[in-house]
Amino acid sequence: MSQPAAAGRSVLSDGEWHRLHPLTPLLRGGLVLVVVIGVIIANLRDRLVQIFLPMFVPQINPDEYAFEYEGDPIDWVVENNLVLLAGLALVVVLVLVVAGFYLSWRFHTFRITRDEVEVRSGILFRTHRRAKLDRVQGVNLTRPMIARLLGTAKLEVVGAGADGNVKLEYLSTVNAEQVRADILRLASGRQLDAQPAPGPAGAPGGALAGAAALSAAVSHGVTGLIVGEDVGEVEPESVVRIPVGRLLLSHLLSPITVLLVVAITAVIVGAALGTPWLLIGLLPVIIGFGAFWLSSVFKGLRYSIAPTRNGIRITYGLFTTITEIIPPGRIHAIEIRQSILWRPAGWWTIKINRITGKSVSEGTQDQFTTVLPVGTRADVERVMGLLVPEMAPEEWPALFEQGVLGPRDGDPFTNTPRRARIFTLLSWKRNGFALNQGALLLRRGVVWRTLSMFPFARMQSVALHQGPFDRMLRVADVQVHTVLGPISGRLSTVDRDAALELFAEVERRTAMASAADHSHRWAADVADAVAAPATVPPLTVAVQWEAGEGGQPQPQPQPQPRAIPDADAPGRTPEQSPNQP
Amino acid sequence: MMSTPDPQADPTPVTDSTSWVVDDAGTFTELREPSSPNRLVIEPNQWHQLSRKYLTLQLLTHGALLVLIVVAGFVLTAVARAEWIWIPFGVVALLSLWGIAILPRQVRGYGYQLRQDDLVFRRGILWQRVVAVPYGRMQLIDITHGPLDRGFGIAQLKFVTAAATTGVTIPGLSQATAESLRDHLIAVAESRRTGL
Repeated sequence: MSQPAAAGRSVLSDGEWHRLHPLTPLLRGGLVLVVVIGVIIANLRDRLVQIFLPMFVPQINPDEYAFEYEGDPIDWVVENNLVLLAGLALVVVLVLVVAGFYLSWRFHTFRITRDEVEVRSGILFRTHRRAKLDRVQGVNLTRPMIARLLGTAKLEVVGAGADGNVKLEYLSTVNAEQVRADILRLASGRQLDAQPAPGPAGAPGGALAGAAALSAAVSHGVTGLIVGEDVGEVEPESVVRIPVGRLLLSHLLSPITVLLVVAITAVIVGAALGTPWLLIGLLPVIIGFGAFWLSSVFKGLRYSIAPTRNGIRITYGLFTTITEIIPPGRIHAIEIRQSILWRPAGWWTIKINRITGKSVSEGTQDQFTTVLPVGTRADVERVMGLLVPEMAPEEWPALFEQGVLGPRDGDPFTNTPRRARIFTLLSWKRNGFALNQGALLLRRGVVWRTLSMFPFARMQSVALHQGPFDRMLRVADVQVHTVLGPISGRLSTVDRDAALELFAEVERRTAMASAADHSHRWAADVADAVAAPATVPPLTVAVQWEAGEGGQPQPQPQPQPRAIPDADAPGRTPEQSPNQP
Repeated sequence: MMSTPDPQADPTPVTDSTSWVVDDAGTFTELREPSSPNRLVIEPNQWHQLSRKYLTLQLLTHGALLVLIVVAGFVLTAVARAEWIWIPFGVVALLSLWGIAILPRQVRGYGYQLRQDDLVFRRGILWQRVVAVPYGRMQLIDITHGPLDRGFGIAQLKFVTAAATTGVTIPGLSQATAESLRDHLIAVAESRRTGL
């Protein structure tokens, strides 16, 4: 029924201001309303029972219980003949609330232009938020349970900066999918089709509201919920499937569980030795742990990861489904990790460092940085193939052997020297680094075996540390700096000469890689042949520009940055990326 | 306040990464490094250093703090006859004295180099730290100076990248140096700007 989003530009991304889904106030303010109504009902429970179900009210002597109703505002209103006034006040309040919701919806508009996503909101205090498209770090589509029933979704454009996200909540699912595809296509540097395709949902500000539409939305949402499909886009095949059993067991085999078991044993022993009241204290711990455990299991259910044209698409969540697309070049570090509990099962987890736009205090970092919750070696190799597409697939087995399981014979890693093994007692044989063509590899840990990759094109800076004891043993610590995330870039106890060499080499390669990096407009240099065969090739556009501006007729493929008036100019071309010195 | 107008403001126009002429007048000239041959040496081992006025300012503020502690101790013993107060105060005073004693060494341990593609910053003698930041990675540059700093004509320069851990903060540059260095770095960073 729905047009594939790739077929054309959605009505919502034509550069004009648009409104959000008409049910937005209900979804956003709905909870508050429900709470308010709940409080009122709870307070008036007796009264309501009296009015609607008089037969259940026990006959009481009014004189005996008079004091109970002394402060009841409804009695007071009735006694003073103010029913009309009270009713009027109620109506006014209701009208104001509804008007407020309506106005806030009217004033909440968004616009998607060639270079930016903008959101305006607020009635009295206006806020205006923009996200530059070439800095988009990812787009995620969240569909909470209730929103899903109504066929709507939340779209969040992850910007580059703490609290820099632009949220479009809520859009109808079909529109959200289309807008996401458009944002990603614009961000990639490709052009959208000139004419908007007739979107199946029509304008969101149209007469979509109403009982009929609502019920249709609900029934459609229920169908979608049962079938469990994403509407609108051709679903790419997931490269990894996590059986439910493995997911459950992997959560059971976590350090937290071990901690809990130890705590329970200790308490039971304590109780047996004569302090039985300790058992009571255990109850909240178990409940809390159970809740945490269940929620993390639910989050991992229905996990899928698949490549799309505009990046990697990760979906998970049973009740609240989150679909996240990470465009190429937005991953700052990757780590394959295995705790000792998972070793017999041969399971691994993959985490990444990326800009999530969430502050650390929000605590949801983890959700957006775990790429593979639990997987076998084959899964890891497949996912790594998506994350690092420039590495040949046949290189992975060797790297896995050496880097993740190693060291083996012919170890390419430079390890902690034997003389300094006192600093890394357990892991000195594993603790080391290697360089491949695009990234720095750090192999660390024995109990928690990890292999971390830091692409040079994303590395921010590199540091060396050396304390007096390091100096005595002629070693140093190396630390590469990336954006905040679960992966640390510190490798301790490296031979001093090797560290200095690494420092220079990493710096050289970082400068080279970032000069050659075009991933902020990742597809700008690829003619968008698939989506828009009729579009003029970018080079021609550039030539026309040159001719129009400087009056120079001959083609000049690399114009100076000065020749381009400003970033808002039409015909964005690869030449406009300011990478030339 | 002894306000010293800096006559050696750097008027050199800035064009590219190699043309920044640093005005090293009034800075330290000899870097203090660990003596061990195992120390970290970054080539070329020629560093720009902090302004001498920064050391004066630091000595003054630390000295004032020490005096304050000692005076407070005397007052408390005289008024409240609490001789035991010298146990915590003495520890703090000794630590502060130690801090003052190593301050000249410490300040000479700071240094920075402007290389072809990156800025290298070093700090510390006992615990050495060396950081290299490619010019294109700089997101913004902060200059801060408090009232005392302004009196001495010095400023602190902070480099902010997308990584919170980069932590390159050069204290105690002369204000003119700080400003011309900032303008230069911004120009260079702009010419090499890429994605994050």
